[in-house]
Amino acid sequence: MNTRYETVIGLEVHVQLTTATKIFCGCSTAFGQAPNSQTCPVCLGLPGALPVLNREVVNAAIKAGLATNCRIAPYSIFARKNYFYPDLPKGYQISQFELPICEHGWLDIGGEEFAAKRVGITRIHMEEDAGKLLHGSSAGSLVDLNRACTPLLEVVSEPDMRSAAEAIAYLKQLHQIVVYLGVCDGNMEEGSFRCDANVSVRPVGQVELGTRAELKNLNSFRFIKQAIDFEVERQIELIEDGGKVIQETRLFDPDAGVTRSMRGKEQAHDYRYFPDPDLLPLEVSDVWIDEVRAALPELPGQKRQRYEEALGLPAYDAAVLAAERPVAEYFDALVVLHKNPKLCSNWVMGEVLGAVKENDVAIVDCPVTPTLLAGILKRIEDNTISGKMAKTVFTTIWQSGKSADEVIAEKGLKQVSDSGALDAIIDEVIAANPTEVAEYQGGKDKLMGFFVGQVMKASKGKANPGLVNQLLKERLSA
Amino acid sequence: MSESQFTISSLGKELQAQRTTAVAATRQCVERINNTDNQLNAFITRCDDSAFQDATAADARLSAGSAATLTGIPLGLKDIFSTKGVRTTCGSKILDNYVPVYDATVVERLRAQGAVIVGKLNMDEFAMGSSNETSAAGVCRNPWDKNHVPGGSSGGSAVAVAAGQVVAALGTDTGGSIRQPAAHCGVVGLKPTYGRVSRYGVIAFASSLDQVGPITRTVDDCALLLEAIAGYDPRDSTSVDCPVPDYQAHLRDGVTGKKIGLPREYFIEGLDPEVKRAVDDAIEVYRRLGAELVPVSLPHTDYSVACYYLIATAEASSNLARYDGVRFGVRHSSGGGLIDMYQQTRSAGFGAEVKRRIMLGTYALSSGYYDAYYLKAQKVRTLIRQDFHNVFEQVDLLLTPVAPTAAFKIGEKTDDPLQMYLSDIFTIPANLAGTCAMSLPCGFDAAGMPIGLQLIGKPFGEGEMLQTAWAFEQATDWHTRQPVL
Amino acid sequence: MKISEQDVAYVAGLARLSLTPEELKTMTGKMDAMLGYVDKLNELDTDAIVPTAHAVPMANAFRGDQVIPSSGSAAALANAPQGTDGCFQVPRVIE
Ligand SMILES: [Zn+2]
Repeated sequence: MNTRYETVIGLEVHVQLTTATKIFCGCSTAFGQAPNSQTCPVCLGLPGALPVLNREVVNAAIKAGLATNCRIAPYSIFARKNYFYPDLPKGYQISQFELPICEHGWLDIGGEEFAAKRVGITRIHMEEDAGKLLHGSSAGSLVDLNRACTPLLEVVSEPDMRSAAEAIAYLKQLHQIVVYLGVCDGNMEEGSFRCDANVSVRPVGQVELGTRAELKNLNSFRFIKQAIDFEVERQIELIEDGGKVIQETRLFDPDAGVTRSMRGKEQAHDYRYFPDPDLLPLEVSDVWIDEVRAALPELPGQKRQRYEEALGLPAYDAAVLAAERPVAEYFDALVVLHKNPKLCSNWVMGEVLGAVKENDVAIVDCPVTPTLLAGILKRIEDNTISGKMAKTVFTTIWQSGKSADEVIAEKGLKQVSDSGALDAIIDEVIAANPTEVAEYQGGKDKLMGFFVGQVMKASKGKANPGLVNQLLKERLSA
Repeated sequence: MSESQFTISSLGKELQAQRTTAVAATRQCVERINNTDNQLNAFITRCDDSAFQDATAADARLSAGSAATLTGIPLGLKDIFSTKGVRTTCGSKILDNYVPVYDATVVERLRAQGAVIVGKLNMDEFAMGSSNETSAAGVCRNPWDKNHVPGGSSGGSAVAVAAGQVVAALGTDTGGSIRQPAAHCGVVGLKPTYGRVSRYGVIAFASSLDQVGPITRTVDDCALLLEAIAGYDPRDSTSVDCPVPDYQAHLRDGVTGKKIGLPREYFIEGLDPEVKRAVDDAIEVYRRLGAELVPVSLPHTDYSVACYYLIATAEASSNLARYDGVRFGVRHSSGGGLIDMYQQTRSAGFGAEVKRRIMLGTYALSSGYYDAYYLKAQKVRTLIRQDFHNVFEQVDLLLTPVAPTAAFKIGEKTDDPLQMYLSDIFTIPANLAGTCAMSLPCGFDAAGMPIGLQLIGKPFGEGEMLQTAWAFEQATDWHTRQPVL
Repeated sequence: MKISEQDVAYVAGLARLSLTPEELKTMTGKMDAMLGYVDKLNELDTDAIVPTAHAVPMANAFRGDQVIPSSGSAAALANAPQGTDGCFQVPRVIE
């Protein structure tokens, strides 16, 4: 990277909402149905049909606005964005232009490759999606309008990011938030979370922004990074060679890893925005905002902070546990039942996440519920079972759904913590291994592990390892 | 039928008393259409077969004693209403083959009452016109003199009612499109307050101005038909959720003590002397009936045409973007690319007046001109609304002419769109202000063409306006005159 | 002149209308006359005036998030000038 240039990135993210119905009609938003089967006069743009706003879309916008520190506008309006395209049934897209529902927000991002910083969010507005244009046949293109009129939030950032890493950190955090809020399923391959990047470069120290290119078709975090890195290099090389960056839309080609100009393939934009006379102004009262705020879940940032500060977990644990809402909720439920946060954290990050991944189940469907897991942890802490034994118990519960105590009793896994019973076993082990005893007593401390292992083996794993250690030390040093 | 044209209320009584049947009434209309429509061209699409089915069903309902006000009444619909299974062209070539898959809310309401839908009526293309001359279905002729226009854009609706082809009809009014043809054809037409009647399924011209309303032979019928179609519709965000009054309840209460404003900006130079005399006579009638006539002023009236043509065309330019040859309508494509298909479809499908308005509206919204044209017009609209607000603090309603002249001759104004637009000066302000207004017959000029009187009511003041109109109708006999065909 | 033929051609492009040279000339003349006429609005000082978008002041019309059965693809394509495999067909869009 040429250090004489600074990269400037602003992002526009389209968040597809998980409402049951479209933004302006009652058609279902379910994915993957037969073409044009989920349509009606409104979303087909038939003559005379009129839009009516889905209240749940407004709720989602308010949620997203509050979660990204935006000001929620008491008065906002819908506008028509006019352009012709076959996937746009009415010849205009209903969106918001002047007076969007959310403005002036921010997200704090941090990462290993850059110093923590605040990224401004210019605005969040509601709009309808377009349909899909399929380029299958040579005779022509095909239009499927099932997706037309599905609700989107467009989240527009300030040009505050200075590297692909910062852009990715911002996007990941935004992604985490909208998924946490339950307003988006976050599926990038299916287009539920789509990103366009405005990228420019300028000589370090220059105040005014360079000319930007708008990058499209970025449907994974990896592609976003590749596209931005490529584009930055391209622009710097162009300038160094005495050329000029032109403002244009560029499509990312993931196979070649390059961005390509769409020049000549689109007309000059003159969208002729004006307030949509078919829709009324939207007035959001403080009462409404407070209702939404009260129902907001604890957000990932807040959770991380609580895990670190109130529960004393390491930052790494806090980040892993808070990353996905179902995991955090599992952990939250567990830690209420078993008040040893670090033990809980170890088990959730280890056994639980490992097992759900291996068995390909969602954590909410994990057969070892927080209650069952708390039963296991209780028996570890009161020395009924060893940590190693507990893993066997976990596996058995996963299969049977029984409680830890039932499994321990049935399998006779209760740890032997009676020194009388252990003494007999230790006697046998010492008698059977005279050479090792001599070596140990000659200073080979490492052999303690050997003796513990032999005792554990003889006890079929039921011996309390801590107690065995203690008793062996006493006997061998005598 | 010409001697004893039915009204909704008179036919309703006959049907309820089983002195006639819906099938007989429908047959009478169909025969009348057969005999007259080759001269008038009021119908774009007839639905004789389904009309007789409607009538048969209505007769069953009448026999069962479960009839509603409109059960068995033969009605016509302007071809702007989406009618399931019945071709709906909006007077345009671009929709020549369009058969909607759904009914407009008002059509649903008529059907629910058991009305008989006789057919779809002629109109200016996309309701853009004041003479019915822009229709792709050809000009519709005034039954009082077939060399004259019937007015527009709901020309076919006014003609069908005036000529006894239907008992009543629905039209739409964006800048006078119900009132002006009603006046030109000697019938009653009412534009309700914006939001009073659902626009769902009504092909949009200018969404913030369009309203659906009745065209009838009498004020009484006008009240009955309005009551049937009015009311909140959850499918139209701009429909107002307030109860529909019983318009009959106070219809006959008279006008004693009512304050009627006479806005001086509506009695200007350019007002035809015969129109002025007829309106002056109407003023005298009201004075005699005990109303108080008060001179008032609506100072921004002169700006209303300019304001209207910017707002209406801007909205229309966007509303008409959906006619792109992709999902419905007539496509023209000579094998070129997508943009060629769009341009050929729209250039061949739209008529000259529609294109002019799309162009003006597109320009008014385009980059760099929005503030100077569209936004400016919206601000002037505020001033015009305020005029009405102020004047309704002084008077109960307003009385004005409907149009500066009676119906002009076919072809007389087609070359000068601006002159045509200016003839809407008295009807446009009520649309801009969103308030209710109606037209009723108040005389004839020397050539025998009807003249209309306009009453403008307060927002949601349809009841008081109808009451005022009814008093005039009782005191005069203009509404009983019928054209000879 | 309030508007040039070049402006009119640009607007026609936006509106997806093609105009013959004669039509362009006539259209320019008619639009020029209209724009000249609407200029009278500038006689009014509207700096402090709030624009009116809806004549009857209203706000907040909503529907609940309940699915209403769709009309289905047959109804969707009932009026299609050209339909293939349940989709609307259009001239090939160049990617
Ligand atoms: Zn739909």
